[in-house]
Amino acid sequence: MPVAPTLVKTTYREAVRAAMQEALERDDRVFLMGEDVGAYGGCYAVSLGLLEEFGPERIRDTPLSESAFVGAGIGAALAGMRPIVEVMTVNFSLLALDQILNNAATILHMSGGQFNVPLVIRMATGAGRQLAAQHSHSLEGWYAHIPGIRVLTPATVEDARGMLWPALMDPDPVLIFENALLYNLEGEIAEDAGPVSIDQAIVRHSGTDITLITYGGSLGKTLQAAKELQRDGIGAEVIDLRTLRPLDMGTVLASVRKTNRALIVDEGWRSGGISAEITTRLVEEAFYDLDAPVARVCSEEVPIPYAKHMEEAAIPQVPKIVAAAREVMGFDE
Amino acid sequence: MTSERIQHLDRDHAHYLLHQMLRVRRFEEKCAELYQATKIRGFLHLYIGEEAIAVGAMGVLEPDDAVVATYREHGHALVRGVSGGSIMAEMYGKQEGCSRGRGGSMHLFDSETRFYGGNGIVGGGLPIAVGLALADKLQNRRNVTLCFFGEGAVAEGEFHESLNLASLWDLPVVFCCENNLYAMGTALERSESDTNIAIKAASYEMPAWTVDGMNVLAVEDAVRKAVDATRQGGGPHFLEFRTYRFRAHSMFDPELYRDKAEVAFWRDRDPIKTFTELLKEQELIEDGELVQIEEMVAAEVEAAVAFAEGGTWEPVSELTRFVYSDGSGL
Repeated sequence: MPVAPTLVKTTYREAVRAAMQEALERDDRVFLMGEDVGAYGGCYAVSLGLLEEFGPERIRDTPLSESAFVGAGIGAALAGMRPIVEVMTVNFSLLALDQILNNAATILHMSGGQFNVPLVIRMATGAGRQLAAQHSHSLEGWYAHIPGIRVLTPATVEDARGMLWPALMDPDPVLIFENALLYNLEGEIAEDAGPVSIDQAIVRHSGTDITLITYGGSLGKTLQAAKELQRDGIGAEVIDLRTLRPLDMGTVLASVRKTNRALIVDEGWRSGGISAEITTRLVEEAFYDLDAPVARVCSEEVPIPYAKHMEEAAIPQVPKIVAAAREVMGFDE
Repeated sequence: MTSERIQHLDRDHAHYLLHQMLRVRRFEEKCAELYQATKIRGFLHLYIGEEAIAVGAMGVLEPDDAVVATYREHGHALVRGVSGGSIMAEMYGKQEGCSRGRGGSMHLFDSETRFYGGNGIVGGGLPIAVGLALADKLQNRRNVTLCFFGEGAVAEGEFHESLNLASLWDLPVVFCCENNLYAMGTALERSESDTNIAIKAASYEMPAWTVDGMNVLAVEDAVRKAVDATRQGGGPHFLEFRTYRFRAHSMFDPELYRDKAEVAFWRDRDPIKTFTELLKEQELIEDGELVQIEEMVAAEVEAAVAFAEGGTWEPVSELTRFVYSDGSGL
């Protein structure tokens, strides 16, 4: 008889920290660098205590030079290290976009396969903390546009714990987007929780009437919406994409072929976003399986505002998801 | 150049330096010709006039040292030891090219010689050089990273961020600024509030020297001094080489921004011409030897072209190879 694993309570923040701790212990090539990752303990306290444990050579505070320290991560990865670069927030990553796109994502191809870049870049993403338009955007879908990188969006404590190690062992650059509202998320996790897949989407809630496709910070809201829909007798299947590049369309298509309806929930903007990509692929590959047009709940097309009520109105919320799902089902509102 | 330095110049070494400069010069003259013949396409940035820098610098390096260069890097690659054939094949777009035809003139790469490109973004290579040096330091390897860039990069944020980081972390990197006075068509004094580049570098607390980039011996001395000090744990060094590009910025450049007299003034200081004159004057080379070197170079260039001509086109079915290491298109 297999023994059931011992479960321990943890938070998303602690899970990311435990993943880094394990990686630093397991592999001398791993080091962490970024703004305030050391003495401050990380902007979101993710790396708290790691400086004391691993010292300043491996937990490196950087100047506010996103382009240089992301580029330095690329160089270090090229020369045999396995760097974890933390960028405080996705909006700041734009200062390093040259390095991410023009170097990290292209060097393998541009060098004819000679130089791969085993680099992990972690960053916070998403709205909900009244930080306004320069600290709240969700640009992970944007990054998923770029060939040559892998884009991960852990939405649970298991994925926060388990995605880092396979990302570090990936020979190519991996971007991990941590929705900042998730850091306080509590959950239970096996005491010996290990690596998880960084290729596959997963069904988080089963249903037969409609497929709700989401990821990251919107997973919790979408699961909540599924519960409410259940009260109306609508069985919603919730898919957590987990990775935006590669997109695991196999899991999505299997579900949509069963439910014949699809709604995408994405904290990114609608125009040209990852939701548009998923919609297109559904149209390309499952057009005749659909009983209703594909629908989307995305962020409104505005820079994220400061005022709480306005911010809430700008991003996907449970009532919007429920209303959109009912509409797809043909329920009159 | 002190007369003492010239007196100590070894004959073989003098011939080596001249040979290397001529390799770069003749190779690139052939490239220009092949561009006109449409064998080479895209951008082609020639280094003609600046050869003394790559030649003086590369000879100082050890095999495990790393090099980061710019889109004007044919000479650096050639002198570092990337074969002329594989460079020429790259410019032809053939799969026998040093980047399998994926990079072209601006993106020469070679893992054997730790040649990390070939970067087409001005300033984009500096952070990478900092990272290469960081990895060497963290792994206790005594390698030095040589990072080349033009004076145009000085206006980029990445220049300042990278120098600061290298100095702050005491990294084994030597920054080599090839100041040819023009960022494409923009003269230095039209783009920098202070045109003294070395002083900017010195403000990041690293030794920074200005060097005559038209004098291969001066370049070699400066790079040796900087590389030795850096290798011995002396932290980053900065060298500003004063030089001039004789040809247009790229093959599309009508050169409206500089006058012929200025070009002529610098052509008088041609590093190959002046060095040849010096060697003759010092009786370190005979006419016959010069002819021999030229013949050797011509044969090498001819062989490189033949190699490129004989190269093959990669099948289109391999288009998405090397996007990810496992060959998947994701």
